[in-house]
Amino acid sequence: MKRIISVIAVLALLIGCTAALSGCSSADETVTINVYNWGQYIADGEDDSLDVIAAFEDKYPNIKVNYSTFDSNEVMYTKLSNGGITVDVIIPSDYMIARMIQEDMLLELNFDNIPNYQYVDEAFRNTDYDPENKYSVPYTWGTVGIIYNTKYVDEADVTGWELLWNEKYAGKILMFDNSRDAFGIAQYLLGYDVNTTDEAELRACAEKLAEQKPVVQQYVMDQIFDAMENEEAYIAPYYAGDYLTMVEENPDLAFYMPEHQGFNLFIDAMCIPSCAQEKEAAETFINFLCDPEISAQNLDYLGYSAPQSAAKEYMDPEMVASEIAYPSEEVLAAGSSFAYLPEETSRLMESLFMEVRNG
Amino acid sequence: MRKNNSVLLTTPYILWMVAFTLIPLGVVAYYALTDPATGSFSLTNIQDLGMYLPVLGTSVWYSLVSAAICLLLGYPVAYYIAHRTPMMQRILYMLVMLPMCMSFLLRTLAWVGLLQDTGILNRILGWLGIGPVHMIRTPGAVILGMVYNYLPYMILPLYSTIVKIDGRLVEAAEDLGCNGVQVFGRVILPLSMPGIISGTTMVFVPAVSTFYISQKLGGTDTVMIGDVIERQFKQGNNPNLGAALSLVLMILVFICTGIMNRFAGANEEGGVIV
Repeated sequence: MKRIISVIAVLALLIGCTAALSGCSSADETVTINVYNWGQYIADGEDDSLDVIAAFEDKYPNIKVNYSTFDSNEVMYTKLSNGGITVDVIIPSDYMIARMIQEDMLLELNFDNIPNYQYVDEAFRNTDYDPENKYSVPYTWGTVGIIYNTKYVDEADVTGWELLWNEKYAGKILMFDNSRDAFGIAQYLLGYDVNTTDEAELRACAEKLAEQKPVVQQYVMDQIFDAMENEEAYIAPYYAGDYLTMVEENPDLAFYMPEHQGFNLFIDAMCIPSCAQEKEAAETFINFLCDPEISAQNLDYLGYSAPQSAAKEYMDPEMVASEIAYPSEEVLAAGSSFAYLPEETSRLMESLFMEVRNG
Repeated sequence: MRKNNSVLLTTPYILWMVAFTLIPLGVVAYYALTDPATGSFSLTNIQDLGMYLPVLGTSVWYSLVSAAICLLLGYPVAYYIAHRTPMMQRILYMLVMLPMCMSFLLRTLAWVGLLQDTGILNRILGWLGIGPVHMIRTPGAVILGMVYNYLPYMILPLYSTIVKIDGRLVEAAEDLGCNGVQVFGRVILPLSMPGIISGTTMVFVPAVSTFYISQKLGGTDTVMIGDVIERQFKQGNNPNLGAALSLVLMILVFICTGIMNRFAGANEEGGVIV
């Protein structure tokens, strides 16, 4: 009997101790935030770049970052809307942010925790996707154009989006593996509005994309880096920032923006989804990424364009002077951004794209 | 008392099956039969399946071809291993298993590096003065990927069946005047039928539902049913259609394995009687 009592006493003591310990440590308790971002979309220390996440964890030792990536806005959206996961920070594109705001999937940000928002340029405030600047903080912006290999592609053929349909390069052409970007290209080519809800126009685009399929090598997202750098493919539509990364590996690559047909101008912004658990820490993280000095080092590596002019001071001057990262006003005027599409239109576009891919 | 014990012992497995197979199966069936937008009962997903029949056909065809190639490649290997000394058998068995210790994804990616137009094989051919041979993104590359990845699943059951064949039966057949071909055709082959059936099933079932192999090694026109299902869940945001496709695939696999098992059963009995 005595033994039992002593065991209980020891146990009680142990429990008391752990409770006391955990009570003490709660002051500087470590929290973990889950960050969900595009693949290849943050400087990670490679090629002498700044390891952004490590720098953040050094500065805020009580916040740990659990980082994971997605291939496209649609993949991210599907994962979040299926539920069952906790994500504290996401970095989707404009049209997807509009859709998520519409569907109550984002939390309003507390800008007291994001003082660096002051550096964001006027041009990236009051945007169409977040007109009241409540839900998002711009991360980068950029354009979509055609990347091609000058060794294999005749300059005379580089006349517009139709290059992606050119049978001369059959089997060497890559195409976007997400519905919105793929349809966007068909819409620019056919001269339609990229934000149309007209079913006939969308069906015509799907037909155009189906026509392209025989010359397409693969429908890809980030695999494009390897394929273009190793010259497995010669032509691909992709984001300007990634072109700047690829050209460092393969100097024969060139970038072309079909100004006469139009091209996509996008903003990717940081948001907090409604499934977030650590909102304050998430805001700290957003604020950190928005810091001009950090942003400059991050974007030097990424090649994407900075939404804070203040960041340019800290950037590689070559990058700031790049006409691909920062095209002239004139060129930018030819671009258009993707806006929110009603649920029905998004679904139709998705299923038409599936038919193209599977058909 | 004995009976009680066996119930107690099988309970964890039964619970496991209910939690991770039966309930998810119910969820799949539920999704397959509901409308994606409204969530009410509907057969539209099943009706929409028509357009995926060609894809389903291709998947079954590729998987059957892979299973047949695996059988042709695997049988001699299994037979060879089964007739070594026990020590040698263990070593060879390990060697067959060895590739399975590496990630399936990595092994498939390695094939991409080997086969692509600017890949290692084409570079070697280039040095030899042979023009680039287009290998990747063809049905052949997909079948190669499947054979490569699933061959061990063919060899292992074949080996364990062949190794159990009683050598005295072979001797008896020889004594009664069978030549080598007859011994193989009338004794060894019928007796290894259970291994052939389970090997074929174990290759066919994962092959028919694969998606990674066809995505990496196939072209835009070698889409498999697994790719379609994956895309419905991952980016199509239409889990209902994905579920309907999975359900159909599952039924198809059940039918196929059912036919094969019946075939096996009949043959086994026949073998014993003869």
